[in-house]
Amino acid sequence: MTTAFKRGRIRPVTGAIALLGASALLLTGCGGGGGGGAAETGTQEPDKLTYLKNAENTNIEPVLEELAGDQCADANEALPLEVSSIPQADLDGQIQLLASQDALPVMFAAAGTPAEGAKLWKAGKLLDFEKELEELGVLDMIEPAAISTIENLYGGAFDFLPFQFNIEGIFYNKAMFAEQGISEPQTWDELVAAAEKFKAAGVTPFTASGEQGWPITRLISSYLFRSLGPDALQKVADGDAKLTDPEYVEAAQAVADLGANGYFGENIASLDIDSSYNEILTGNAAMMYMGTWFLQSANDPEKNKVGIDNIGFMPFPAVEGGEGSIDQYPANVGLPQTFGAATYTPKVGDWLKCITENYGQVALEQSGSISGFKAKEPVEGLPTLTQDVQERIAGSETSVLWFEALFNAKAGQDSSKNAALLVTGQITPEDFMSLLQTDLDNG
Amino acid sequence: MKSVLGDRKAIAILLGPALLVYTLFMLVPVVWSFGYTFVRGNALEGFRFAGLANFTRLFTDPDVIEAFGFTLKYAVLMTVGQVVLGYGLALLYTFVLRRSSAIIRTLVFFPVVVPTVAIAILYQKLFQSAPRDGLVNELLVNVGLSGVDWLGSGNTAFLVIVIMDVWRSMGFYGVLIFAGLLDIPEDIIESARIDGARQWSLFRHIVLPLSLPILFSSIIFSINGTIKVFDSVFALTGGGPGNDTTPLTLYMYRTAFAFSDYGYGSTIALLLTIMCLVVTLFIFRSSRRDVTA
Repeated sequence: MTTAFKRGRIRPVTGAIALLGASALLLTGCGGGGGGGAAETGTQEPDKLTYLKNAENTNIEPVLEELAGDQCADANEALPLEVSSIPQADLDGQIQLLASQDALPVMFAAAGTPAEGAKLWKAGKLLDFEKELEELGVLDMIEPAAISTIENLYGGAFDFLPFQFNIEGIFYNKAMFAEQGISEPQTWDELVAAAEKFKAAGVTPFTASGEQGWPITRLISSYLFRSLGPDALQKVADGDAKLTDPEYVEAAQAVADLGANGYFGENIASLDIDSSYNEILTGNAAMMYMGTWFLQSANDPEKNKVGIDNIGFMPFPAVEGGEGSIDQYPANVGLPQTFGAATYTPKVGDWLKCITENYGQVALEQSGSISGFKAKEPVEGLPTLTQDVQERIAGSETSVLWFEALFNAKAGQDSSKNAALLVTGQITPEDFMSLLQTDLDNG
Repeated sequence: MKSVLGDRKAIAILLGPALLVYTLFMLVPVVWSFGYTFVRGNALEGFRFAGLANFTRLFTDPDVIEAFGFTLKYAVLMTVGQVVLGYGLALLYTFVLRRSSAIIRTLVFFPVVVPTVAIAILYQKLFQSAPRDGLVNELLVNVGLSGVDWLGSGNTAFLVIVIMDVWRSMGFYGVLIFAGLLDIPEDIIESARIDGARQWSLFRHIVLPLSLPILFSSIIFSINGTIKVFDSVFALTGGGPGNDTTPLTLYMYRTAFAFSDYGYGSTIALLLTIMCLVVTLFIFRSSRRDVTA
């Protein structure tokens, strides 16, 4: 009996010790993992050029890969490039989490909403490119217009790099326009008339990615900039106007009408961005509103089945009686990429210098895409479409933003997510604008 | 054994580690999160006291009402679907297929072990409508109907989520209830048969009452799982189109981590916690009764 009692007493104690040990291991295991991750990129020197990008961006990686193998081979040897990607919709959240843990990658995409980029800058997480590029002696390799666009959008500093420098407008199929005897529409009414003509001829007038949403909301903002002037959305941001005001709802109504008239073709709500590109590049649709980053796809003969000379670019048309002008292009640096301040070391500086010196040149040569980095020497034999866009960028004096540029994150997301519903008649223009205004009011 | 459980020290040593882990990983975050409900801001910008502002917003936020409605609708429909189909499968295994049910059981159970994201991608392709039709639309078109933009409208997207999740989980409920049905003594069924009970009356008066306990457990499992739905919706529709298929969990996640409003996100989390608590209390209350009586 005594022995049994003793045994019984010893066993649970041993078990408890084992359990305690296991839990301690578990706890230290968890703690160690988290802490290690933070320490790796937060306080230690990085051993790789880790780069987290938005999956939708396919322009930058091929150029960086080429640089890594050629012009930046030395920097790449010291600090090998390692690219990973996540969907754009999850980017802001991911970056914020990483930033709050001091675990940001060396280089990353950020600021799906410009306000989020400004927050990162204010928290001291981003590199001051004005200072660092000056020190590296390569600040003059950046287009001043690109720097001012970045300063206007992302917290007043040069805290992001212009891997793209885009204007936006309508890409169209020249042959289809010629076939229907349509010239570039100068006004919204002409644009709608052209769409009607295409539809009657059995051609899908517009393509747009409803899955992404923003290619549709861009139409609303463009309409607003033409009808109410370039400060239309600034007034909303400042509280001087509301999206629910009749003149703002009119823009949403105009775009909703495009959908109601069947100008977007079928199943637009589920169309993803690559498929919308395909629609125009394979001759299934006549027009697509897009930024000039689309040049990379348009210049690629593998993707472009209608031929590069067959794709034209025109500004968003004027709205009759409106205050905006047709030569005011929306300008941006795409979804921007930047470097973390905490992981900036001399080796990262070598990479930064090399990218700044060579990116513009290689991007133009490789795919005819235009960035805010200057090309070291003129690139010969650029496709006419790229040259045309370059001229328009150079000749544009006033630029405008895009629909969500001054929105908070929730308004931005609600706008993109509900755009497809607007053009498929599942939400009214009034409700759409009121949803966004509520988001803005809630700050 | 009695002497061990009577010893306070032994109890402390036995319960201590589990309690410690539970406190660290469950209670502390819950209390912490409750604290967040009174602030605005995020880890990057810092926090500022907001009083009860998050709560007043919670009660007037149309998105919360919509997400709450979606969550309830989903939980009810899924629970009915999972348990009824699971029960049907279990009856099939027990009374029709009998000993040869192993292969069917394995096949139907298979989706349970496949990662949700893989299943969501499979269903995206099945119900795809652009740029080209998926299998379902192909079938519709082939029988003379027109294709549907399944994930492009709230109602049809909801239908696809339910179909996918029921398909994914009914195998699990089939096996769960099957295990319960095996516990029904063969001699009771045999004697009922001798007494003249056939098919429906055998099911109605013998099988159903005797399988109520396992049915009840299945319902508890199902409600608990479905009220917290996140991964399948996130992977299949991302809550869209618009916010039409956004459950509370996804709205909470977005608010906290995509809209960087930890305070309001935590307030939504509190609502979810209360919802789960109410369901749990309701279940515990009813489970005190002997359902077989």
